[in-house]
Amino acid sequence: MTNFIDRRLNSKNKSTVNRQRFIRRYKSQIKQAVSEAVNKRGVTDITSGENITITKKDLNEPVFHQGSDGIKDRVYPGNDQFTSGDRIARPPQQQGQGGQGDASDSGEGDDDFVFTISKDEYLHLLFEDLELPNLEKNQLDKVTNYKTVRSGYCAEGAASNIDIVKSLQGSIARRIAMTADKRRKLKVLEAELTLLKQDRQDNTLAKNKLITAISNLKDKISKVPFIDSFDLRYRNYAKQAVPTSKAVMFCIMDVSGSMDQATKDIAKRFYILLYLFLTRTYKTIDVIYIRHHTQAKEVNEHEFFYSQETGGTIASSALELMIEIMTQRYNEKEWNIYGAQASDGDNWADDSPHCQQLMRESILPKTRYFSYIEISQRAHQSLWQQYAQLADTDDAFSIEHIKTVADIYPVFRALFKRKKVQAA
Amino acid sequence: MTKRKPLDDSSDWTFTKLEQYQSEIERVAQHYRLDTYTNQIEVITAEQMMDAYAGVGMPIGYNHWTFGKRFIQTEQTYKRGQMGLAYEIVINSDPCIAYLMEENTMAMQALVMAHACYGHNSFFKGNYLFKSWTDANSIIDYLLFAKKYIADCENKHGIDEVEACLDACHALMNHGVDRYKRPQKISMEAELKRQKERETYLQSQVNMLWRIGADNETEGKKIKTTFPTEPQENILYFIEKNAPLLKPWQRELVRIVRKISQYFYPQKQTQVMNEGWACFWHYTILNHLYDEGLVTDTFMLEFLHNHTNVVAQLDYSSPYYSGINPYALGFNMFMDIRRICENPSEEDKLWFPEIAGSNWLDTVHFAMENFKDESFISQFLSPKLMRDFKLFHLHDDSDKNYIEVAAIHNKSGYQQIRTMLSDQYNLSNLEANIQIINADVSGDRSLTLRYIPHQKVSLADSKDEVLKHLYYLWKFDVKLLQENKRGVDEMIAQCPELDKLAKKKATI
Repeated sequence: MTNFIDRRLNSKNKSTVNRQRFIRRYKSQIKQAVSEAVNKRGVTDITSGENITITKKDLNEPVFHQGSDGIKDRVYPGNDQFTSGDRIARPPQQQGQGGQGDASDSGEGDDDFVFTISKDEYLHLLFEDLELPNLEKNQLDKVTNYKTVRSGYCAEGAASNIDIVKSLQGSIARRIAMTADKRRKLKVLEAELTLLKQDRQDNTLAKNKLITAISNLKDKISKVPFIDSFDLRYRNYAKQAVPTSKAVMFCIMDVSGSMDQATKDIAKRFYILLYLFLTRTYKTIDVIYIRHHTQAKEVNEHEFFYSQETGGTIASSALELMIEIMTQRYNEKEWNIYGAQASDGDNWADDSPHCQQLMRESILPKTRYFSYIEISQRAHQSLWQQYAQLADTDDAFSIEHIKTVADIYPVFRALFKRKKVQAA
Repeated sequence: MTKRKPLDDSSDWTFTKLEQYQSEIERVAQHYRLDTYTNQIEVITAEQMMDAYAGVGMPIGYNHWTFGKRFIQTEQTYKRGQMGLAYEIVINSDPCIAYLMEENTMAMQALVMAHACYGHNSFFKGNYLFKSWTDANSIIDYLLFAKKYIADCENKHGIDEVEACLDACHALMNHGVDRYKRPQKISMEAELKRQKERETYLQSQVNMLWRIGADNETEGKKIKTTFPTEPQENILYFIEKNAPLLKPWQRELVRIVRKISQYFYPQKQTQVMNEGWACFWHYTILNHLYDEGLVTDTFMLEFLHNHTNVVAQLDYSSPYYSGINPYALGFNMFMDIRRICENPSEEDKLWFPEIAGSNWLDTVHFAMENFKDESFISQFLSPKLMRDFKLFHLHDDSDKNYIEVAAIHNKSGYQQIRTMLSDQYNLSNLEANIQIINADVSGDRSLTLRYIPHQKVSLADSKDEVLKHLYYLWKFDVKLLQENKRGVDEMIAQCPELDKLAKKKATI
């Protein structure tokens, strides 16, 4: 007796849960590997997964087993030269011949356990515990966002909204109520009838009378309709206003001549990280790209990251453009406004105080958070100093310094670290 | 034998062909008196095969990261092409579930069916270890129960708690087996019914034990009672019944791991025999079909190619040598038993007077039913086979700076080689012998274990890590002793670590 079963179409990812458990358990090691890997990646390489390496030692599941000393008697096949009594010099550093316990004997000598995580897992680990600071849900009188929610039942409505269970409950209740009286009478009559039937005397007449009465009652009961329009219940829906959290991120990058290729590369990496973070975490977020040298220009994503320009540097031009766009398109009462500026610190000396002023008077009052990163190996210049004064006084403004590629990810995490106490 | 029209030998398989081959194989298997559980043959893909691997062949496994790790490992090695997947996995259950891989050719599927569905299956049903130690009827139900129970625990107590507990149990899994006492069979419904009662009952027993301890103390009795009265080698069982602070659900987890470990215990003890038996029968059955003319030369060539790969034994000097191949040893031993029965030499008559010249079919069935690897080898390994394998015995004493060739395949060496090879499959020599000797019921509740070395082999360094796991379950001090050369017990590991002792010394 044999049964064949074709299981090929069954789900094949039986191990997915266990795989997630594994990642969950070794999160700290995996995270470490991810943050090391992120800086080694190509700028454009944002879609692939990542190879993760964990030292095997960490993964060991210990069991009691015998060590490698003591007396070992073993039998081997394929004797080609020995006779009994031969002595063989002990081969140097013998290993692995000990107890052949449960450990896999597939003979892998690797010290590291390497495996691949998918793009989603990678991004998830990369941006875990990060968020936009000070994000607030702006509820407005004029909100246009509504959500349709269920709100009880009503007696009228469209046929498509009939709730069958409720309606039938109603029907049963009505039928019970309308027939209770008759069924009570019916019971009494039936009891009388059985008594009469047991009686030996001839009482056909009384019986017949009772039988007609019973069938009349039964008729009446059966005439109570199974369902009545009165029973019908419809699902009721109501519209509810929902608070919206709309956010816009301004990305400002210096593309002037003083920004050499390496610096631009670092800035790009930072923004790619930022871009990935935003698109992954927030579905409805606008991103405005502004690049500047002596003049600022609003560009699209591709141009922002990949085209080249040169020229002098006037940072205030970008800030002015940002203010202009804010006033035209992004009312600070409706939008959570964020800004991030990257530069090598070079700026036309007279312009820096102007930048500080613009920042203090026009931008910071309207934005939730503004971060400035300076990418340079040299001493800080005027722009940093001007901004540093601001950063001391204003919590919503922060500046960070990046020297090498390796700093990008730590700085990024520092800027967007989830705050412990969150103002609602 | 009557020649019949051969079966279709084209390499692609279809379900119709599978059934044709299956029924022919079944017919031949019955001819050879192979008694099997009902077969349930499931066709799966390579990915599903990897899933099955990760679950150590358990068709239903509870969730735990270690299976995830195993899956990732399998997937990686398979993707890199370092490893082929097994052609089949078969499970000791009733009905007996065998997985066939979609990628196999028709000849392979036939081989696998003969191997797994009639070879392994009849072994599971006939061998005394499986018969008396596992219950094929209830294992699937039990696994189902375990999976659900563990998932419920995760919901109630959180994944981390459950994981920590399972980790601790896994570390002691090899010490969760009753070696001498046969476990009772139990079905799913009974298990469910009893599980609830057990929770409360067990806890009350534990409380009782510890209360008695306390009573003794208050009454000032000076009688030093040792508990347990005899050393216990089933550590998990002892924990389940006696650990003072375990919660009821944790006891149940210990029990689940213990049960599963027990279920796999016969498998570990019969690797050579089980594989040898299966290989012997796929070889015999398919050759029988060939003699009947049912399978063609093309089929046989492909079959023999695979067969010889499976039962090949590499020499010790080969760079790919990784121990004695259980398939090769087992297959050749069963073939040899048949040879001894059918064409015994003078030597065989001397060595095997009771089986030489007997009915071979009776003899192989007898061998399959009544032995495990260790006894099978010491009973049936013939001098001829030792010569064929060119076996030799190395005596390696770490106190000496050389390794001695103690015996080779000659007249004076046969007995010794046979004994040594048999010992090599004796699980009680291979696994560390650790027993619980005392739980200090009336004192500080510490648990003392003793390691008894086999052939002076010390315990590997992992002991400290394992003790941490044991400490997690026991929750009071755990000590591991070993008798030293002067015959005095010496502490070789302890958890929590030694800082307590250090403090004591400092005060003195």
